[in-house]
Amino acid sequence: MKPFDYLRAENTAAACHAGAGRGAAFIAGGTNLLDLMKLEVMAPGKLVDVTRLGLDRIEEEAGGLRIGATVPNSDLAADTRIRRDWPVLSRALLAGASGQLRNKATTGGNLLQRTRCPYFYDTDTPCNKRTPGEGCAALGGETRNHAILGTSEHCIALHPSDMAVALRALDAQVEVQSPEGNRRAYDMDNFYCLPGDTPHIETMLEPGDLVTSVFLPAPKGDRQVYRKVRDRASYAFALVSIAAVIRMEGGRIAHAAIGFGGLAPQPWRDIEVDATLTGTTPSAALFDKVADILLQGAETHGGDDFKIPLVRRLLPAVLEEATA
Amino acid sequence: MTIRIKLDDKSEDRADSLAQGLLGTPADRPEGHLKVTGAATYAADDIPGGCAFGVLVRAPGQGALTATNADDIRAMQGVLAVIRDPRMVRNSAQGTANEAPVQGVDSAAYTGQPIALVVAESFEQARHAANALKITADGPPGPVDPQAVEPEGEPDGQGDLDAAMADAPHSIDAEYTTAGHSSAPMEPHAAVAAWDGENLTVRASLQMLKYNRNELADCLGIDPARVRLLSPYVGGGFGSKLGISAETVAAAIAAKELDRPVRVVQHRRQVFETITRRSETRQRIRLAASSDGRLTGLGHEALVSNLPDESFAEPVTQASAFAYAAANRLIGERVARLHRPAAGSVRAPGEAVGVTAFECAMDELAVQLGLDPIELRLRNIPEKDPQSGIPFSSHMLAETLQDGAKCFGWQGRNPAPRQQRDGEWWIGTGMAAAFRVNILSEAEARITLTAGGALVETDMTDIGTGTYAILTQIAGEALGLPADRVTVKLGDTEYPPGSGSGGSWGAASTGNATWLAALDLRQQLASMMECDERDLTLKDGQATCGNTTRALSDLLGGDTLTGHGHIDAGKAFEDVRQSTFGAHFAEVAVNDITGEIRVRRMLGSFAAGRILNQKTARSQCHGGMTWGIGMALTEGLVHDRRDGHIVNRDLAEYHVATNADVPPLEVHFVEERDPWAGPMQSKGLGELGICGAGAAILNALHHACGVRLRDMPATPDRVLGGLERL
Repeated sequence: MKPFDYLRAENTAAACHAGAGRGAAFIAGGTNLLDLMKLEVMAPGKLVDVTRLGLDRIEEEAGGLRIGATVPNSDLAADTRIRRDWPVLSRALLAGASGQLRNKATTGGNLLQRTRCPYFYDTDTPCNKRTPGEGCAALGGETRNHAILGTSEHCIALHPSDMAVALRALDAQVEVQSPEGNRRAYDMDNFYCLPGDTPHIETMLEPGDLVTSVFLPAPKGDRQVYRKVRDRASYAFALVSIAAVIRMEGGRIAHAAIGFGGLAPQPWRDIEVDATLTGTTPSAALFDKVADILLQGAETHGGDDFKIPLVRRLLPAVLEEATA
Repeated sequence: MTIRIKLDDKSEDRADSLAQGLLGTPADRPEGHLKVTGAATYAADDIPGGCAFGVLVRAPGQGALTATNADDIRAMQGVLAVIRDPRMVRNSAQGTANEAPVQGVDSAAYTGQPIALVVAESFEQARHAANALKITADGPPGPVDPQAVEPEGEPDGQGDLDAAMADAPHSIDAEYTTAGHSSAPMEPHAAVAAWDGENLTVRASLQMLKYNRNELADCLGIDPARVRLLSPYVGGGFGSKLGISAETVAAAIAAKELDRPVRVVQHRRQVFETITRRSETRQRIRLAASSDGRLTGLGHEALVSNLPDESFAEPVTQASAFAYAAANRLIGERVARLHRPAAGSVRAPGEAVGVTAFECAMDELAVQLGLDPIELRLRNIPEKDPQSGIPFSSHMLAETLQDGAKCFGWQGRNPAPRQQRDGEWWIGTGMAAAFRVNILSEAEARITLTAGGALVETDMTDIGTGTYAILTQIAGEALGLPADRVTVKLGDTEYPPGSGSGGSWGAASTGNATWLAALDLRQQLASMMECDERDLTLKDGQATCGNTTRALSDLLGGDTLTGHGHIDAGKAFEDVRQSTFGAHFAEVAVNDITGEIRVRRMLGSFAAGRILNQKTARSQCHGGMTWGIGMALTEGLVHDRRDGHIVNRDLAEYHVATNADVPPLEVHFVEERDPWAGPMQSKGLGELGICGAGAAILNALHHACGVRLRDMPATPDRVLGGLERL
């Protein structure tokens, strides 16, 4: 791995300041970054350790819960408030990675983890996400674990997170501090960027911007389901995952927020799907219809063709469970 | 003196009349504590003073190679050398090759071939410099698709299979595929090489030292007597450490060039490329049967692949030659010559994938016949080897089928598919037979007996299998010593050459050599007691003949006795067919929505002669059955369709079964004594557990939901495709 400087930041302002430097990267659990650094897929000249900033607490606030950016995934999944009121988040977390990784991985790091596209990891093959303009080896290559929604001709890589899929369905907000000391928040809907012709730009973060916390508003739906289809029972990324947050009133769907993993370069949500469900009476025909809506722009690449029938089977099953 | 036996005939069982009561017990591994506390020194653990660190560099493509910035790399901080030496190897040697594999770094035969070593003062510096070394490859990739080339080889036939198929009232003609597999041992391949003048010592992670020494010497062009290899602990091999490998050769070359010790550890991603993979297979299986379920025709043709000049071809049909009777037969492999990474032995080469596919086809036939699948197998057990006509040394298929059926609760099973449901999940059960050829390989062992106890020495390895434990038990049993008075030393070419670990032959081969060394000592003790060896009882450090009992310490005084055993296979492995047998049972759940499969329970009943240690034998079977789950459901090398490189070369993307994928595994042994297998009457067990295990799962898949899947692994997308087509 390329030699690098290491700085343990004492406070958030110092972290942001140090993180704004050229070639700097924040490190918390390091479960993804260290792998990428060993392969020199990422080669930061400076690592800014953000694990001692006091961002490791989960606190109740008016209207919701604030989750510090360095709260380990294991702790978040086990939190009794999360398990009671936001169970879809706990289940999504526990469906991800392995126990050892969840003990180290953090909330902020999980949001910012990089794709698992094998060509991104292989520095002997071209990758526009790794080196802009180089080309995409996944196109025409092995595409079983690639995105079918929101892709571009430059990149078909998936966002691998489970946690972020649940957060998107829960209308979470990502809170950020800039090197200038400004704080701002992004809705999950606006936090990630689609690849377009800049697949190396994955989020709205600017250099030195530090994710400090995730705000979880009070749940809008009490019926929460997370379903993940994967190649083995543990330690495998989603082939397809679905987070559903539903509230029923008088037999009708009063609130619907459906997040999707394994389908897109970011945790996916389709406002038309949610809008079509809202206010209606659940039925098999309705569920098939929203699957059509979700998949109307889907583009597959051979290896990932199966995701279409898989979504068509899984989405109705999840909605049936969540509305029953 | 030495007791040397070439096994031409049956052997008399002696062990059952011995007195110590150690053999066969579930004795703990004597080195277990060292391993689980991290005190055992694996290859990369013992770093000598002044050691430099090397990192291998891969070819980014195929054809002639040029390093365009080697001088810049040499100038990087800490870098000691950029080595591209013609003696470096293209891939690991095949098992028992005993000579160098293909060497050279000027061109690459496959994408990912190791073609340089960067050495630096620290591992981190070496890795950074290795990452920075720019290599260009000028050639277009060679063929990488097994179906796009004309394969070599022809199957062997007996009778007329086509006619048998045409005439049979029932037949199956189906094509199965299995993905390539990686050994993926927990300990990556590693070596620490140090020269003392012209003498080389390498601590390495290897399975077969006596061959590896010759292979390494041949690579370097030196006398094997100048090479000492040390592999006292090996963190799994599964075939990938049978032959000398890239890091060991490179470390030796670098250590000589730099005149200081050099350590080379392969990164996990390199392990996937530089070791030999199990070839993917495409298997056409034909079965012709009479209406009462007796086979009249049996065809098993397999397409496998390897590099153009590698001798190994996955012996897919090895067990099909003798598994079932049928007059008309067509059996054998064809090899597609491809520019994918080299193929070689991976756990149970041949039977792992061959028996698995064949046992699926047998299930298809049973369903077609409306016959219980156990009964179908019972009706087709051959009386003698159907191809050669030689007798079986023992045949335990019926016993293991019946034992397994009873323990699993097979009786009363409703054979109709799609009958049992648990929520979204279809539930079903399946079974398969297990076969694995039994091989014995030449082995020697030495035992030194003093008043304090016995010291067993052989260059045999323990690759996690339990060699330390079973050799302790054999020596202790034969010499009447409790386990704590026996010391076993392994994995050093200074010791007598054992069989090495591979082909399931380690326990029987080196175990028999150890028994013969102990027998040598028993004869010496008997003569000291002035009695016949057969009248000598050794127990708890006491020697008894007739009315005379003497403590060994008293008998030996300060003397040291040395016993030497040497065994080799002879006509007993030519005039009779030797195999191990078993039966697998599985219960699976199949998700009707997603196509996910969860194995709920598995049971294996196995016969492999004398079971030397109930605990380590059971662990071997657990490991094999777990491999079966991986093969059936999750594991598969993915090759890029353009240049054949392995795409999924880490343990996050190459899916071995995790703990969550493995249900309770029940293992039963049907003990027997096979006199043809040698004096210990034990046969190789290591690989039997994998053979056919995956078939029980896929047959259960069909029973559960009606999907007959012929492509492994049965990932959710494939099962889903089957569910959609129903």
